[in-house]
Order: sequence, then C-alpha cells, then structure tokens
Amino acid sequence: MPEPFKLILKNLDEPGFTPDIGCYQRHGGYEALKRALAMPARDLPDGKKLSPQEALREDVKASGLRGRGGAGFSAGLKWSFVDRRSGKPIYLICNADESEPGTFKDRQILHKDPHQLIEGMILSCWANDVKLAYIYIRGEMPVAAKLLNQALKEARAAGFLGKNILGTGYDLEIHVHRGAGAYICGEETGLIESLEGKRAYPRIKPPYFPAVLGLYMCPTIVNNVETLCHVKHIVLMGPTEYAKLGTPNNTGTRIVSLSGDVQKPGYYEIQVGRVTLGELIFDPNFGGGLKPGRTLKAIIPGGSSSKVLKAGEVFKLNRKGADGQMTKVDVSLLDLPYDFDSLQQAGTMSGSSAVIVLDDSRSMVQTLGNLSEFYAHESCGQCTPCREGALWLAKATHRLSHGEGRKADADYLTHIAQNIQGRTICAFGEAAAWPVLSFVKKFRDEFEAQGAADEAAHAKSQGTSSPKSSDHRSAAGSLQTH
Amino acid sequence: MSAPAAPSSTLAPVPAPAVPPVETMTVIVNGKTVQVPKTMPDWQGKPAPTTMLQAAKIAGVDIPHYCYHDKLPIAGNCRMCLVEFGTPMMGPDRKPVLNEDGTPKISRSVLPYEPGTSRGAIACATPISPGMEIYANSKATEQMRESVLESLLINHPLDCTICDQAGECKLQEYSVQHGKADSQFVETKVHKPKAVDLGPRIVLDDERCILCTRCIRFTRDIAGDDALGIVNRGSYNTISAFEPGKFDNNYTLNTVDLCPVGALTSKDFRFKMRVWFLKETKSLCTSCGTGCNITTGSREGVIHRYEPRENDAVNGPWMCDSGRLNYRWVGRADRLKQVLRTAADGTRQTVSWNAAIESAALILTQAPQGSVAFVVSARQTNEELFLLKKLATHTGALTDSVAREGEPDRLLVSEDRNPNSNGVRLIGMAFTEFGFNLTKIAEGIAQGRIKTLVVFGEDVTQVGIGPELLAKLDALIVSDILPNATTAAATLLLPGAAHAEKRGTFVNVKGRLQKFQKAVEAPGEARPEWEFLHELVHSLTGHNGYRTIEGLFNQMATEVPAFAGLEWAQVGDTGVTVQI
Repeated sequence: MPEPFKLILKNLDEPGFTPDIGCYQRHGGYEALKRALAMPARDLPDGKKLSPQEALREDVKASGLRGRGGAGFSAGLKWSFVDRRSGKPIYLICNADESEPGTFKDRQILHKDPHQLIEGMILSCWANDVKLAYIYIRGEMPVAAKLLNQALKEARAAGFLGKNILGTGYDLEIHVHRGAGAYICGEETGLIESLEGKRAYPRIKPPYFPAVLGLYMCPTIVNNVETLCHVKHIVLMGPTEYAKLGTPNNTGTRIVSLSGDVQKPGYYEIQVGRVTLGELIFDPNFGGGLKPGRTLKAIIPGGSSSKVLKAGEVFKLNRKGADGQMTKVDVSLLDLPYDFDSLQQAGTMSGSSAVIVLDDSRSMVQTLGNLSEFYAHESCGQCTPCREGALWLAKATHRLSHGEGRKADADYLTHIAQNIQGRTICAFGEAAAWPVLSFVKKFRDEFEAQGAADEAAHAKSQGTSSPKSSDHRSAAGSLQTH
Repeated sequence: MSAPAAPSSTLAPVPAPAVPPVETMTVIVNGKTVQVPKTMPDWQGKPAPTTMLQAAKIAGVDIPHYCYHDKLPIAGNCRMCLVEFGTPMMGPDRKPVLNEDGTPKISRSVLPYEPGTSRGAIACATPISPGMEIYANSKATEQMRESVLESLLINHPLDCTICDQAGECKLQEYSVQHGKADSQFVETKVHKPKAVDLGPRIVLDDERCILCTRCIRFTRDIAGDDALGIVNRGSYNTISAFEPGKFDNNYTLNTVDLCPVGALTSKDFRFKMRVWFLKETKSLCTSCGTGCNITTGSREGVIHRYEPRENDAVNGPWMCDSGRLNYRWVGRADRLKQVLRTAADGTRQTVSWNAAIESAALILTQAPQGSVAFVVSARQTNEELFLLKKLATHTGALTDSVAREGEPDRLLVSEDRNPNSNGVRLIGMAFTEFGFNLTKIAEGIAQGRIKTLVVFGEDVTQVGIGPELLAKLDALIVSDILPNATTAAATLLLPGAAHAEKRGTFVNVKGRLQKFQKAVEAPGEARPEWEFLHELVHSLTGHNGYRTIEGLFNQMATEVPAFAGLEWAQVGDTGVTVQI
C-alpha cells in the first residue's frame, strides 16, 4: 500500500511542533546550514577544486531537484544560468505567492515551519553568492508574513542571518514583501516588477530573463517555497541519496494538494512518481475514495490551469524496459504515476501539484465557467490576446452556464482559446486557454448538449429557430468580473 | 552658446567618423536573403542586438505593430508583430542539419506543448540569429494578426464615423490589410470612461484605447513626467492620469501623435477637421531656436494643426506643446494686409507695391551714408536677411537684431526664442550678442544723425527706441505681420508673410540649416519679404537674378561664407549642418 513520505512535512504536523527557532533547532534545525558552511573545497578527479558554494550548486543539479512551483524546471540548471560575471549583485527571491486555485502546500510550510524555508533559503543564497534575498508572500497570508518576520528575527539573533553568518564572513539579509492580491504576481517576472514597486506586468523574454536581467536589472533567482526547502534536505542527505527518492528524472518528494470530491481532501507528501493518481484519490492513506454513491468524472491534475483528464482515459506513455529500450505502454488514468513526466506525456502537467477531483455530480460547463471567471479576473491585461480573450472566454462560458448557450459554442470557445495560447507575454495565456481547450475537447458532448438545450428552450419561448447574438447580451452582460 | 563663425571659403562638410566595418549576419525574410548588421540602434540610439522587425525592414518588409515605436522602450504588449519563424536545425554534434540539396534544414517555430501548431515570436523584441528565416506573410503569421485584430476590436466602439483618428488610424489600416470582415464575438462589449479630461490639452476615450502604453512610456521615459498609468485589471484596464486632469507637461500632445488609435485626442484639433482634407506641408516651428521640423496641416488657406516631423538631427519625432499650438496668429484678423505710405500731410494712404518700392528706393538712395539704421528680426529668413544686408551695406547702415529669451527645458525648448538667431549672425546683421547696436541707433536718432530707420519684424518701441525717437525720423520703413507701436508709426508699411506663407531657410541654435515650404497664401496685399526685398535691392543696386527662392538661396550661398557650396536642392527636408 502506498504511503505518504514525509520529508518536508516531517515535523510540521507533529504534536507540539511550533514555528519558533528553539523548536526547529530541537528537531535538528540549522544543522544543514552549519554543515554546508563548514564544508571544505571539493577535489575533482581532474585535479581542479570546487569551492564549497560551487559544490552545493553541483549537488543541487545532481539531486535532480525540479521546481515545485509549476513549471518543473531543473533547479540546478536554473541556478547555472545566473550571470555571475556581470559584476552586479545576485538576488534570490522566494516565490511564496501561492495562488494557483487548488494549491495549498506552501502555506503549510510558511505557517508551521518557517525556519525550514529560511534555512533552505540561506543555503541557496550562500551557494549563489547572494547577499540580499526577498520572500514575496501572497497578500492573503498575513499571519504567515508575521511568522516569517518573527522567524527571520530569530535567525538573525542566532547568527544564521545578517553579518558574518556563523563566523564565516558571509553576509545575507532576507526581507519579507507582501503582495496585494493578484495571481499574476506568482509569475516570476510579474513578481519582480511588483517587488520593484510597479504594476505586476510580466516582462518580455527575451530580453528580461531573471537569471540575467531580473530584480533591478540584476541577475536573479526565483524559486518556490517548497523547492528551497528541498535544498536543506539535499545538503543533509547528499545528492545521491536524495535522488533515490522518487523516480528517475522525477526525484525527491512533493506535497500534493488534494481537493474536490474526495473523502479526505488535504495535503500529502509523496515520493514523486511512486504514487498513482488512483491511489491519491482512493487509497485510505490519501483521499480515501469518492463520496458515497459517486463515480469519478474528471481530474484536474496540476492546479486549475492544467488540462483536465477524463475518467476512463488511457494514455500512451514511454517506459524504459529492463533492456533499456523505450517502449510505449498503455496506462489508464488512475494508474498514472503522479510525477512531472508521466503527466506531461498524458498531455497535461503536474503544475503546482494540486489535484482537483470532480465526480459525476459536477457539470463541466459550470466548472469551466467558474475557472474562466477566475482567469478573466486575474488577467493583468498587459497583452492583447489574454486581456481580451480571457474575459471573452468568461463571458461565453458564463452565458453557456446561464441558459444562453448555443450549439456552436464548443467551437467558439476553442477558437477564442486557441488564439490566446502561445501568443502572450507570459504563461497566463496558457493558464486561461488550457482549461477551455481541454474541457471542450474531452467533454464536447456536454457542451453541445447544453448549447442545444438552450437553443431549443429559446426557440420554444421565442417561436424562432435559434437565438441570435443580440439575445445573449442580457445574460452575458451580467458577468462583471471587475 | 555659439562661437563666432569661422569664415571658410568652402563648405567644410562635417567629417564622418571612421566607421568600423559592420558585423553582419544573414537572415531570410519571406524567402529573400539579406545581410543585416548584428547590432542596430535601440530606442536611445545605443547598439543592441538586431531584432526581427529591424531585419525585416531592411529586407523591405514592414511588420505591422501598435506598441512598438523606434524611439520608445519596447513593451511587446500588442502582439500585432507576432511572426512565424524558423531557425537552422542543429544536430547532436551542434552542426547544422542539411537537406538533401545541401541547404540547411530549418525547424519552424512551434508550440513546445503542441508541436503541430505554429508559434509566433514578437518581431519587435526578438533578436535575429544566423540563418533565421522570418515568415512575415505566412498563413500562420496572417492568422495571428487576424486574431490580434479581432481581439482589439471586440471591445472597441467602432465609432470611426465620428472619430478624429479616422483616416490616420492604425486600427483601420491594419484591419484593411490584415483583418477579417467578420468577428465571431456575440457578447456584450466592455464599457469604459468616455471623453476623459486627461489634462488641459488632451481628451481620452478609454473605449478606443488598445492599451499599447505608448503614451505612458513617452511621458515617463521621454518627457520625464511619470504622469500616466493603467488602473484596473484585464479587459477593464484603463489608462489614467496620476492626478485626474493634471496631465500637463509641455509635451503632452506628442501622446496624441503616438496614439495609434483615436483614444487620445487634442482638445485643440478634435472635431475640427477630417484629416484627409488636410494639405500637408513640410515646415519648421518658429517658436524657438531649436527649429523642430513640423508638418503643417491646412485646408483652403487655413492652418488647422502642426505636427512634429521626424528629424533625428533636431527634434527626433517630438515637439513641445507650446510650439505646436502657436499657429493661430498666422490667421489673425488684424494681420497687416495693406501697403501704406504716409503722405506729406501726415495722412496714411494705401499704395501699390510698385509705388512703395519706388518710395523706399528713393529714401534709401537719397539717404547720406551713415544716416540709415536697420533693426531686423531673427524671425526673418536667411534669404531675407541676406537681401537686407545688401541694403544695409549699400547705405552704410548700423544694423542690429533683437534677442528673445525664455526658460529652456531638458528636451527641446531652447532659451533662444528666435528661430534664426544664427542666420542673423552668419549673415552679419548683428554681433553674437544682439542689442549691442540698438543703443547706438537710439543715440543716433536722438542726436539727429540717423534719419532713416528700417525695421523688419520687430517692435523697436519695446527695445529702447520709443515713439518719441521714431517721431524724430525722416523715414521709418517697416515690414511686419501683425500691428504694433512701430508699425503704427511707420511712414512706409510693407505687410510681410508668416513663415507658413512663404519659403525660406533658418539656421537653428545648433547650426542646422533647414528649409520650410509654403502652406497657405498671405492675406490681402501681404507678400513674402524676400520677394519685395529683391525688387528693392534691384532698384537700389541693379543686382538682379533672385526672382526665385532657389536662385536667391544659391546666390546667398556664394556670398555668405558659412553657406558656401550649398544649393537649395541639396538642403533636403531635414536640413544640413553649417558651422556656427
């Protein structure tokens, strides 16, 4: 039976565990930092030496750690892109703007074990010669912001932060910056703009890749809360042991936020790829099954922007056989290992590892209406396709879920969404488009049935064939996501 | 400001700095192979990696765009310049993969998560790479443009019939070139504020706005006044002034030019004239010594607007609001329209130009050497000053001009509020500092030595030669455009033409010699001064041959050292630099 694996979550829900530094240190806190800062230079087989900082950077690369924020990009590779020759300061930003609907993992760490994050951050900053770092925390987490500031104060008092950390001569300061309630601030360049005091308009890339032109046009690393926590464990375990957790190319553990129509919604840490979607939903150690009498309809597997998966779907996945050859094998939805690569091969993503379960009581039309309204509200409005398209989608889905649908709306929605994805400044375009494209593609019959029913009802009441555009305006116009 | 002109017998062209050989790379635009520089100037003129848009332009292909402007920081938000592209495919050995015919295999841009779908890159901000192929007219590119236009239009009010921008609107133009006639949109439009009073000279229609942020970037990064921004989110994004109604620096009207649609309109111009009726004339602003290049928009003899005309040697694409709005005086009702002569009995009579010129010639011929003085304006053209100089030399006259100064700014406005002070100096009608001789002239009149005063374009009563002195003169020959105390005292009044009513050249504060063209006719009997001055010089000296402005200019260039070697035709629309 699959079991949760508690690495990041090891202490934080233990009875009596408190967010103060004393408790953290009684549980082995800051030992990783002491160990790392005391590391000697590492000798390489070719006679060259790696500084301890370079060695940690190499270890993070070797651990296979992938970003836990959404994109799943290699953390070690991201660090390696940092321009270290510019002569400018290097900044590190912890992205604590956890906003993807369905995601509630970082907030556990922030509220219950802030020192774990701070230790991970200090290690990451030290490894990257960062002297000044920021925690950009979602505005809706005021308590966590307070706790973080308290924890930073404690870390400073204990000599883990500030000038001459642990007598090594290394200086680091970390500041907490609270957001003001916009989803787009989770996009790293939007976050940087916001941190600079501007409207959080994501930057165009090229040229503004954070590793080169980030905060204040200086090289900048932006990592998710959970990702930074893992750095501590890579130090403690060593990259080889760490990489044994999880599965190849999907190493370590991940906290899954499980929500929706399950018996036991919650956050569960798993070894990446060692637990399937079916186990997450049905196993008593995790979701504990659907609600009584219900059947599974769909899974949104990686936060609300990931493409929906339909119950009963079977995917062709690449699998490495015993002979090392890649073969395609059929894997059904519930047997999909919950990891980065399998979900990608299934045409979706593990994103922020938020699994939203929908049972047969849910209308896909209504659900999409809800999601689209969110994205219309959160579009920053900087670039044309997303600014105009996100609200257009919201108006159309709203209309469709309020008795004003048309049979043609399935194609209509697809047309709008296809003109957003891939054409925007940031990945928000995909986030707004993917739910629509996947819902309509996989549940087309439901959308067409809704449209047909509305047209029929309309024809009956009006005595005309089909509603014309102007007839939709009353219902559609009532949507104000302002 | 300016050192005394170093006389030189031949025109010394400004030596071109030694240019290092430009590094280039090959790209292919719509199938056409072009060599383009690896770097090109960015919005501030600094070298930056050449973009797809710049490379396409070199290949003669214009990529449509709204937010991009070559003199503003790149925003990349409109997405109109999305283009499909391809790059040479690289093998695992990092060498290009070749087709059977030996040409490099190109991998076309596709969405990483949907390899069957083309991906566009914004041409304005994407650097080129060697061997890159840009498909600026491919089906996928055209589809991207269509969809961007559809998105821009779904919430647009489509009120072209009453929109000031109609006829010069990029939304209209690109809709014709790249748009589709129909849209699938069946929802209600977003409504936003209309006729917003953004500042004393600007009105904003937020529904027409496409949020390209050109206005925001201009006022923040060029004008240095971070006055505009966006409020609200998503489709409800709205341009706003930081303080409502207080968008009020001296450059606000440039945002109207920059606005690619009809969102920002000029209070001065809105609802006055359909732009397609306007005749456009290349001209210069005369409000200060900078000499901003402008386009005068006129219809049936009436000027309706000035707009800046791009000249990177002078004003770039900008001009100040005070200069732009300083055109109404040209059409003032009290313009001097009659040639007037004071008879022996003291009454003023209208006379013909022939009679007036004869009178003037007689006065100047009979005047003993040293009894004449000239006060000429630095608002007169070089050609006029050249002819006036001939008259002054012929009569041995004292000459001077009148300084006009104000507060300069950091962008365009010069402290010298005359358009042609350097012309006055180069032609020798005044010393470097104006006003040195004005005192002497006043003394000469007071002492009775100076009996004839010739004034062009100035009110000498404002500069120490008051009515009591003017009353002592035997003759006061005055040419001007608008009435003042000096024209009131003139014994011979010759109505002149505004710059918009004639042709000529000015030399700006930095030594840029620039020409301007005639937009409208002078009112009544008023004539361009160079025309009647030429007749007067002919009567007085027998010199002839300046009957055209071209001939006059070319003659001047042979006689004024600073202009040596120049010809009218060679001056071009953006001028040449002369040594000052």
